[in-house]
Amino acid sequence: MKTSEEIFNILKEKFGEAISELISDKPAESVIIVSPLEIDKVCSFLRDEKDLEFNALMNLSGVDDANGEKVKDENENEIFKGGTLSVFYHLESINLKHKVTLKVSADRENPEVASVEEIWRTADWHEREAYDMYGINFLNHHNLIRILMPYDWEAGYPLRKDYQNPEFYKGMKVPY
Amino acid sequence: MGLLDKQFTDDNIVITKVEDLLNWARLSSLWQMGFGLACCAIEMMATSASHYDFDRFGVIPRPSPRQSDVIIVSGTVTLKMALRVKRLYEQMPDPKYVISMGSCSNCGGPYWEHGYHVLKGVDRVIPVDVYVPGCPPRPEALLEGLLKLQEKIRSESLVNKSA
Repeated sequence: MKTSEEIFNILKEKFGEAISELISDKPAESVIIVSPLEIDKVCSFLRDEKDLEFNALMNLSGVDDANGEKVKDENENEIFKGGTLSVFYHLESINLKHKVTLKVSADRENPEVASVEEIWRTADWHEREAYDMYGINFLNHHNLIRILMPYDWEAGYPLRKDYQNPEFYKGMKVPY
Repeated sequence: MGLLDKQFTDDNIVITKVEDLLNWARLSSLWQMGFGLACCAIEMMATSASHYDFDRFGVIPRPSPRQSDVIIVSGTVTLKMALRVKRLYEQMPDPKYVISMGSCSNCGGPYWEHGYHVLKGVDRVIPVDVYVPGCPPRPEALLEGLLKLQEKIRSESLVNKSA
């Protein structure tokens, strides 16, 4: 059983630059910040290393950090320019009974994160959902299509903070 | 009607209007499409089960829209599902009836403002005969809705079809 701090030190030693910091001042679990394009290698290591053995991905979720610059678009709607979208990974080792939380942040304009679907099959649908709701592009995912919204939904990604619902979808009025 | 529950001892004839006979036949065997969308569907299934017994009104679930007379839209109609609901409705043979069950299907319910994925009322895609309010409605409420539909069918006319 290892604490987040010990895991952070192991990762830092192994991956260096790709692991940027450990946030532990919040009254929740500590979060390790990882580079979005290295997350697959880090996760692979976390799963296969003998004394870490993270064999379960409990949850994978997207987050809109809404930390960009607020600007008005041509229709006077407030949208975000710049900033980041994040993905959180909650891992657990069922055998060794320890947990860790990872976070990656990618550019809002072109959010690209390496897929961990090959490492834990759980991630398949979770990544599709994060793609569906936030438009995060998971590289090397074998079937990255929408999972909840209609496949031909063109109005954007509903859980982004600056999302605008369309007036009509296939002739059906959407607003109340 | 009130005649057919009397006991007949000999061969006899009953005189009625064609309209009344057809309406009576129609409203007494409303075959329901076996179709559920959300938590309302659980209440609908409870209504079909032995305690509330939809069957005593002639309502039995059918596995195909082509054999059904009534569709009970029981639950949240998402935009993705709305197209399917419409197609199922169109596959039903005339005369066909729609019961909208629960707040979601009536008007969007709790999703009316922020439900980016919810159709705000199934009456935007198919014509509804009876709205049953509730979230979800109790089986008694659904039974009441069915009785209202039967009442509506009872007053239908062959020449001026109202539904």
